Amino acid sequence: MSTRRAPSRLTGYYFGLIALLYLPIAILFVFSINANTTLSFPLRGLTLGWYKNLLESGAVLRAARNSLVVAAGSSAVATALGTMVALLIARYQFRAKRLLVALAVLPLIVPFVVLAVALLILFSALHVDRSLWTIGIGHTVVALPYTLLIVVARLAGFDPNLEEAAMDLGANYPTTLRRIVLPIIAPAMVSAWLTAFTVSFDEFALALFLAGTEPTFPVYLFSQLRFANRLPIMIALAVLLMIGTLTLVFIAERVRRVE
Amino acid sequence: MLDRRATFWVLYLPPLLWLGAFFVVPLILMAAFSFRADMRGEVLQWWTPTLKQYAGLFAAGSYWRLLGISAFMALIVALISTALAYPIAYFLAFRAGRRAGFYLVLLLVPFWTSYLLRVMAWKFMLGSNGVINSFLMYTGLIHEPLTALLYNRNAVVLTLIYVWIPFVALPIFAALQRIDLALFEAAADLGATPFRRFWRVTFPLSLPGVFAAFFMVFIPTVGEYVTPLLVGGSRGSMYGNIVQDFFTKAANWPLGSALSMIMLIATLALVALAVRIVDLRRLIE
Repeated sequence: MSTRRAPSRLTGYYFGLIALLYLPIAILFVFSINANTTLSFPLRGLTLGWYKNLLESGAVLRAARNSLVVAAGSSAVATALGTMVALLIARYQFRAKRLLVALAVLPLIVPFVVLAVALLILFSALHVDRSLWTIGIGHTVVALPYTLLIVVARLAGFDPNLEEAAMDLGANYPTTLRRIVLPIIAPAMVSAWLTAFTVSFDEFALALFLAGTEPTFPVYLFSQLRFANRLPIMIALAVLLMIGTLTLVFIAERVRRVE
Repeated sequence: MLDRRATFWVLYLPPLLWLGAFFVVPLILMAAFSFRADMRGEVLQWWTPTLKQYAGLFAAGSYWRLLGISAFMALIVALISTALAYPIAYFLAFRAGRRAGFYLVLLLVPFWTSYLLRVMAWKFMLGSNGVINSFLMYTGLIHEPLTALLYNRNAVVLTLIYVWIPFVALPIFAALQRIDLALFEAAADLGATPFRRFWRVTFPLSLPGVFAAFFMVFIPTVGEYVTPLLVGGSRGSMYGNIVQDFFTKAANWPLGSALSMIMLIATLALVALAVRIVDLRRLIE
């Protein structure tokens, strides 16, 4: 078939674009092992010193830890709520269904800056000081659509007859959910949690507005951009975190494929 | 069945209350805030609603101009990234063969790396002692660093195109994959040249994916504020940046809320338009 012939130009285009896409990331990596604090060519020398300095820099590591805590917590809440909505969508018929779906998916559409200022107004109305909690709450809202869509896809893929069989055998509905449905959708929930985790971990637009005195890593990174001599340390950590995030994404993909 | 009804409420109330408290109520508060005259007093105290902010906003042309510029920038970003991603999607769907999965992952890795970092990387690329300038000076092509690369709208557009390309390829790829290969053979049997076959068969059938990709970039880009903050500087700011300024530096929340409302309404209008053009249900499948 002629569609299979002459792949050269498209293949070349693909690899050319891939090279361009990876170039800035490669530059970050070079920055993290560059002996100088500015990245200009030719390079003056290579070092692993920034990675060593990183281990002694309390504030940087603390910001990374904050990000981990916020991401772990907010993605757990987002997964729980997303699973609830997914179960309602897949297993119930009710009048407000379309409204609930719209409400749960809308955070994907509302611009982050709008949601951020709206939450800022809410928290100041309630006299809640900005903290990791307020960032985490914001992240549950924006991660919920992702978790919902992942779990709903899994629920759509298995036979509701399994549940009916369990109930015919005498299990009540909550037991059926716990013993039959939850084990089946568990991989999707893990995948949803990991996805929500990466969404939160990287999130900056909301966090900048909702952060108190304790910054998450992106917020801290942003605040340090002015100080050129701190930058290589930040980039070094960023490279490590990037590797961590990619590992998580691959695990999430694997978990979903295994099903 | 009683326990099924009871389970319904157990599943229904937590997400409803959570989204109500942290999504709906904040937006309502913001809407209410935009009808305030000033910042004095408590956030929750009663005030007399006024259209002062909107009147000021409608009178000043600069906000609308900036909104127009932001929409135009988003349009350019969406058009170029869709055009650049189309051949990639085509390659993945029809030419990559058995290695398509691997090539797809290779494409998506940049998208999975930190957004802030990728934007920052461009700052290092375009800055006055950044990679491009120092390379050009090293080769002797220029003797003074080019300052026109960073801190303007072109830098913002360039960076956003870069950020979006991997993501844009996905819906186009999905649409191309759905095309029945028998159609190609039919077109070939009927004597269509590959060129004609592409424009008369493949491209029209991939349009749902192309439109989806376009709107998936266009809509969030109109409200973008992080990229202009990093690589745009004062000359490259977008509409989202003035909303941000009124809530941080300028501390004029009522006006900021009014500006934010305009953005929310504009975005919802765009989404309504997009949903009319792209069938969302087909996308979710």
